[in-house]
Amino acid sequence: MDALILARLQFAMTIGFHFLFPPISIGLAWLLVFMEWRGWRTGDQVWVRMGKFFGKLFALTFAVGVATGIVMEFQFGTNWASYSRFVGDIFGAPLAAEGVFAFFLESSFLGLYLFGRNKVGKGVHWFSILMVAVGATISAFWILVANSWQQTPAGFLVVDGRAVLTSFSDAVFNPSMWYRFFHTLVACLITGAFFVGGVAAARLLRDNQEEVSRRALKIAVIAGFIFAAMSAFPTGDSHAKQVAQTQPEKFAAFEGIYKTQKGAPLVAFGIPNAAEQRLDYAIEIPKLASLLAFGDPEAEVKGMDAFPKDELPPVGLTFFSFHTMVMLGLLFIGTMALGLLLIWRQKLDISRWYHRLVLLVAPLTLVASQVGWITAEVGRQPWSVYRLLKTADSVSITVGVPELWFSIALIGLMYVLLGGLYIFMLVREVKHGPEKAPEVA
Amino acid sequence: MMDLQALQVIWFILYFVLIAGYAILDGFDLGVGALSLFAKDQRERGIHMDSIAPVWDGNEVWLLTAGGALFAAFPFVYATVFSGFYLALMLLLVALIWRAVSFEFRNKVHSPGWIRAWDWAFGLGSLLPPVLFGVAVGNILRGIPLTEKTEFAGTFLGLLNPYAVLVGVLALVMFLAHGAIYLVLKTDGDLQARMQRWAPGLWIGWVVLYFAATVASLFVSPFLFDGILKNPVFWILFPLMMACVVLIPVLLKSGRHMLAFIASSAAIATQIGLAALGLFPRLVPALNDPKLSLTIYNASSTQRTLTTMLMIALVGVPIVIGYTIFIYRVFKGKVRPGELYGNH
Repeated sequence: MDALILARLQFAMTIGFHFLFPPISIGLAWLLVFMEWRGWRTGDQVWVRMGKFFGKLFALTFAVGVATGIVMEFQFGTNWASYSRFVGDIFGAPLAAEGVFAFFLESSFLGLYLFGRNKVGKGVHWFSILMVAVGATISAFWILVANSWQQTPAGFLVVDGRAVLTSFSDAVFNPSMWYRFFHTLVACLITGAFFVGGVAAARLLRDNQEEVSRRALKIAVIAGFIFAAMSAFPTGDSHAKQVAQTQPEKFAAFEGIYKTQKGAPLVAFGIPNAAEQRLDYAIEIPKLASLLAFGDPEAEVKGMDAFPKDELPPVGLTFFSFHTMVMLGLLFIGTMALGLLLIWRQKLDISRWYHRLVLLVAPLTLVASQVGWITAEVGRQPWSVYRLLKTADSVSITVGVPELWFSIALIGLMYVLLGGLYIFMLVREVKHGPEKAPEVA
Repeated sequence: MMDLQALQVIWFILYFVLIAGYAILDGFDLGVGALSLFAKDQRERGIHMDSIAPVWDGNEVWLLTAGGALFAAFPFVYATVFSGFYLALMLLLVALIWRAVSFEFRNKVHSPGWIRAWDWAFGLGSLLPPVLFGVAVGNILRGIPLTEKTEFAGTFLGLLNPYAVLVGVLALVMFLAHGAIYLVLKTDGDLQARMQRWAPGLWIGWVVLYFAATVASLFVSPFLFDGILKNPVFWILFPLMMACVVLIPVLLKSGRHMLAFIASSAAIATQIGLAALGLFPRLVPALNDPKLSLTIYNASSTQRTLTTMLMIALVGVPIVIGYTIFIYRVFKGKVRPGELYGNH
């Protein structure tokens, strides 16, 4: 294998593993803000015990997220030096801003949150988890600013072979930024809700009288339903419309549209056939892609035939990732809708089948964020900066194949161990459960 | 907008302020971690960890921010150095990752073997980074071979030259001394008494190694000293550095531990400042041909980006310093064993 493939493999591995954790911690942080706020304001010990319990799980998740995030800050320089030289004038600033405005905030206040419960007042303690959640969200904002700029670059000129900033605000608020930010943030909130729901469901399967878990499942279902619905509409819908406008060949790959056509159908299922430039076994809903993307059932949708062959993303992976994401999104909405029904029928606490279902579906939120990310990033290929710089021209030329094999083996092995340890610790903590309510004398 | 050259100089200074901030803050917690390898027993290693548990993560952010700031302000340095020092950086990342998770994992399972394993991760994960940072700094001060296109032209083994290794050992001993002083400040009883005995010894090591590295630099990198005696900044930093270094053992002996820690912090900052002064305006001297060196003038971002970054720093950094001080005040005083993880 050549250095380019290995460098891409390493990047995919490190970002993929890292990106398992921030969606949990961002979503969970906001739910903790809610739990701790209720605990503080009402003095109700159920909320307090819930906050302590999920706070421990948060600390565990955050630790692995932070540890694996260190790699990301350095990896543009180590593996993508040519990219770094090309984009440095623009891409570095959001990363630095993320450090100044987000990393300091979340890391500093997490220490206060975890170790300061008995050292500061209840209000300050609540403020500390609020700052952790705000910091984590600002972090998502800046890193998605950087990523969106790769997808829809703006506010720059290319001078002497590098992108030079002409307007910071145009670069930050580039055409895809808000869409990506809100869609990703909502995905994080879903992940957090399913994390709380899954943990609570696992507890209820052991003991369906546990008040902390009963209440936790309820808030997970309500929050999860709202956010899952928002992931489809408005955030998913508007993000897809934006892609259709700003990166039409990526949109064509999402939908498996080979030929430019008016009244393009929405594909519910199909298998891209690259050789014959068509979808096999396609199940299509007529005109829906045109309608959803352009608000007009007869609108023309550009197919992949409208673009140079060497500027198309790999269709299969983009298509399948996109469709898996959409299907999972629908599954999340359905799961949480069922939960709402059970709340209404007052059967949420005792429906073991539902607890099993939530426990089963919860980990799929991580699959959804991974395939969502693959959709966005593989769909951007062959570019590292859309229509400006090819991925092939971005790699570090001084880093050779042996070094890459070494680092892939080293990091890969470490991540397998870390992943195993995380699951081991998580299961242990969940089995251990929240503090018991004091016996009534 | 400010003039480009002024911005380049400001970012050179700010960059070294970030490095100094990192060295002072993560310096003591890496030192504490490395010292835990020499602790008496498991309980004592736990106190090492407890003494830094609430603050280490915020300290490490200085490193991440320094990485981001280098990318933003001097992207050509970021690209050349990080891809050039590839294997060293991968080792650094592995060390920092195991160290980072050890805080969360160690106290969760009450089995001696488990705790022992995480104590090793914590100790070695704290020992390795200072050495690697020192070796990296040593190579920068010495200069590295660069191609015409400013790509690194050396090898990993070439980075392990005697001069760089000397600076690596200096960095380790500096952080050990700094960490020992921090432990004197934060602990009591046996551990504090031992650190009070060790700190002066480590201080002597630091002074000797700093002297040795300075003498070695005169031969390896004479360019660092060009015109330095005529530079007024030198006459501020150098006496300040000497005063702080001399004061450390005096303050320790007289029991003014907080002041000793501040002196140690200032000594680290001024030593980094003096190295930066020698480098200026270079950021990465080329060993093979001085003309190929990366400097603040040929490696920086544009005026607009440097201005934007300056505004980000001016808005953000005072806020960061404000809440950092607040949080350190909350956790001030001696660490009690089991206090932190006991109720968490």
